[in-house]
Amino acid sequence: MTSSQTRPAGTFSPRPGAAPFGRMVLAQAGMEARLMLRNGEQLLLAVVVPVVVLVAAVTGSDRVDLDLDHPAVDVFTPGVLALAVMSTSFTALAIATGFERRYGVIKRLGTSPLPRSGLLAGKVLALLLVQLLQLVVISAVALGLGWSPEPGVAGVVGVLLIIAAGTAAFASLGLLVAGALRAEATLAAANLIYLLLMACGAVVLPATAYGGFEGLVQWLPSGALGEGMRDALIDGTIAWPAIAVLLIWTVLGAALSARTFKWE
Amino acid sequence: MPDAPAVAVDGLVMRYGDKVAVDDLSLTVERHTITAVLGPNGAGKTTTLETCEGYRKPQAGTVRVLGLDPVRQRRELLPRIGVMLQSGGAWSGVRASEMLRHVARLHAHPLDLDLLSERLGLEECGRTPYRRLSGGQQQRLGLAMALVGRPEVVFVDEPTAGVDPQMRRTIWELLAELRRDGVTVVLTTHYMEEAERLADHVHIVDHGRLVASGTPLELTRGGSVATIRLVVTRPFPPGAPDSLRRVLGDGTSVSQVDDLSMLVSGPADGTTLAKISAWCAEHDVLPESLNLGARNLEDVFLQLTGRELAP
Repeated sequence: MTSSQTRPAGTFSPRPGAAPFGRMVLAQAGMEARLMLRNGEQLLLAVVVPVVVLVAAVTGSDRVDLDLDHPAVDVFTPGVLALAVMSTSFTALAIATGFERRYGVIKRLGTSPLPRSGLLAGKVLALLLVQLLQLVVISAVALGLGWSPEPGVAGVVGVLLIIAAGTAAFASLGLLVAGALRAEATLAAANLIYLLLMACGAVVLPATAYGGFEGLVQWLPSGALGEGMRDALIDGTIAWPAIAVLLIWTVLGAALSARTFKWE
Repeated sequence: MPDAPAVAVDGLVMRYGDKVAVDDLSLTVERHTITAVLGPNGAGKTTTLETCEGYRKPQAGTVRVLGLDPVRQRRELLPRIGVMLQSGGAWSGVRASEMLRHVARLHAHPLDLDLLSERLGLEECGRTPYRRLSGGQQQRLGLAMALVGRPEVVFVDEPTAGVDPQMRRTIWELLAELRRDGVTVVLTTHYMEEAERLADHVHIVDHGRLVASGTPLELTRGGSVATIRLVVTRPFPPGAPDSLRRVLGDGTSVSQVDDLSMLVSGPADGTTLAKISAWCAEHDVLPESLNLGARNLEDVFLQLTGRELAP
């Protein structure tokens, strides 16, 4: 403070300093979550699509012979929760980050006191916030449709672990796409991959429904996330193999995007 | 290093592929000054600035800002500098006031946001999403984001490009106030008037090289050789500069500014003026004015580089 006493303090007298790391991360997370929820298309992807899929799957399964061991709503709800995690951690993150690169937001933040680790932490925290909201909305709809989960303690731990692992895996893959492609290409690729995984990736439909491909789809990040969620919410168990698969995808995605990511 | 200059660039070389953007550039910016880096588009100004801001690693030479290495001591340096990008830097859906508040929250002692918004005329558009701001408003928000953390050094890249004349004066006043309050301002510009009116020190850069350096006064003062500005009423005939140079003889140089004006540097005596008058009569052009020693930065630039600064 001595320097500001020797020099008459003006409006713009320098007084530099970074905010504490935690406060910067919270500010970044709050900002990103707000922007994500304000964006109509992203909200559609985050909440409307999963809810529509859930309602359609539960009502439609009465007419189609799917041969499920449990009531349809108990089978589909965990899958739709997995779909919600995928839509936010992968598609929404990739698109948002792609346009952040395009608009110079990442460049701008690059000269702010927020370090890259803080930017990443803020993004992950924002994803978890949005996913919490999705979880609440989808669970409320599912309960209305007669969902009666009995996960027990192990199941709850299993859900939290699989969401953490799924978020990590899909976020690292989302950043891989966003860091390598242009914004428009990212938009297209992120949506296309999301649709493909939704249709063929054992997210909503259990892996057993894929016949001969049952073993294969469980190695997909979508299949691992879906199966892990079902293990936790239907059987009340922690799906360690699925978590391991997701961690492998996380390491792969993170290593590749660390090499290819361009900040501008 | 409390006594290190605000910026010290020494022998900087930057290439993009085969193209040399910055070619062995050395310059210093003293603290508490407004220093302008002047040059046409593509002269290497932005590349030099981005190297100071830590975006790029010098391919050769060294860059120090406040005595720190912008790449290796990035975390230490970043809170102490403010950066205004030439464009962009905000989410398209973010409101102007929201974006400024966000950047403020990343700093320990940010400026009062109401005051800053008022000074830059941003209150009127505080709730407007970034993508709907006018170019001038985006520019002002960019400047506000550079200042909000109360930095010691601000780098402003073309701060008044696309801004209306009244706001340009407001921004000039603000930059002058920053200097008074002890902030060092490094600005790039291709507006001569901006550098002439505002800067304590000017570095003229062309083709990635430093071609001249000094206060605006030092740069515009002719020295022993005078500058004569000839303005005529009708466009010069083709080949006019060469033909005039032949008439004036050795020790003079002639450069054409535009259709109606030329700059002559040479001995400022009656003989030179008489020769110019005679040349005008011979080529059927009527001198409108013939000014001695009235050189501005624009002229300096033209004489140093052989071309005009305007983009």
